[in-house]
Amino acid sequence: MVAQNIFFGIISAIVVISAVRMVTTRNIVHAALYLVAVLAGLGALYVLLTAEFIATTQVLVYIGAVMVLFLFGIMLTKAPLGNVMEMTGKQWPIAIVVAALLGGVTIYSLLNRFGSDRLVTDGPIYRTADVSDEVFSTYIVPFEAVSVLLLAALIGAIVLARKD
Amino acid sequence: MLLNQFLILGAVLFSVGVYGVLARRNGVMVLMSIELMLNAVNINLVVFGVQHGVVSGQVFALFVIAVAAAEVGVGLAIVLLLYRNRTSIDVEDFDLMRG
Repeated sequence: MVAQNIFFGIISAIVVISAVRMVTTRNIVHAALYLVAVLAGLGALYVLLTAEFIATTQVLVYIGAVMVLFLFGIMLTKAPLGNVMEMTGKQWPIAIVVAALLGGVTIYSLLNRFGSDRLVTDGPIYRTADVSDEVFSTYIVPFEAVSVLLLAALIGAIVLARKD
Repeated sequence: MLLNQFLILGAVLFSVGVYGVLARRNGVMVLMSIELMLNAVNINLVVFGVQHGVVSGQVFALFVIAVAAAEVGVGLAIVLLLYRNRTSIDVEDFDLMRG
């Protein structure tokens, strides 16, 4: 238990610091790399929570595919690669207030509701086979809907981005 | 480990994502902040799945990942189209519908 707490502390510190740096850095490529750090840290937390398939999917889909997409987006839009453009808008003080208020209220109500509830650590461990059994039995209709959604997104992205 | 450790981490990440969406001017950065918020939701789903001993939490996290992948594909196509038409992805330039 102690080891898990230590690792949680290390990983969550990395995740939070990288997330804050991501929304404050002036270089957009650095922001993308900080996002990789956040996503990898969350993948490690999924391993800590015994969600092995989610961790694998996180690495494959987010760090693999989505980040490449983001880097292509940065490249194709010729985003300024230095401190050329002021990256933060004029309304940033309001944004800080809104985010702090939202986070404060959420954390307050979480502490109020869950207080010092312990995480159930002796529950069942669901491996990849269990997850796939559930996806292909109980959640087969949403699964098919997601596949149609992905097809629609694929066609939509091609239609939007092609040059006529 | 406390349940709240994970939930508060999710709340903090979500708030940081909200700040990014509201404050950043670059369209690609706004999309990245949205990804941050979706990931904050995912960690809540997985931790509640563990807490209640059900596999549904992981399944819904998978669905969120799939929807996020679709969203980022279409979103980047839209940003690309905006750049092509307006030669800018500064979201403060797009105020055509301002009241």
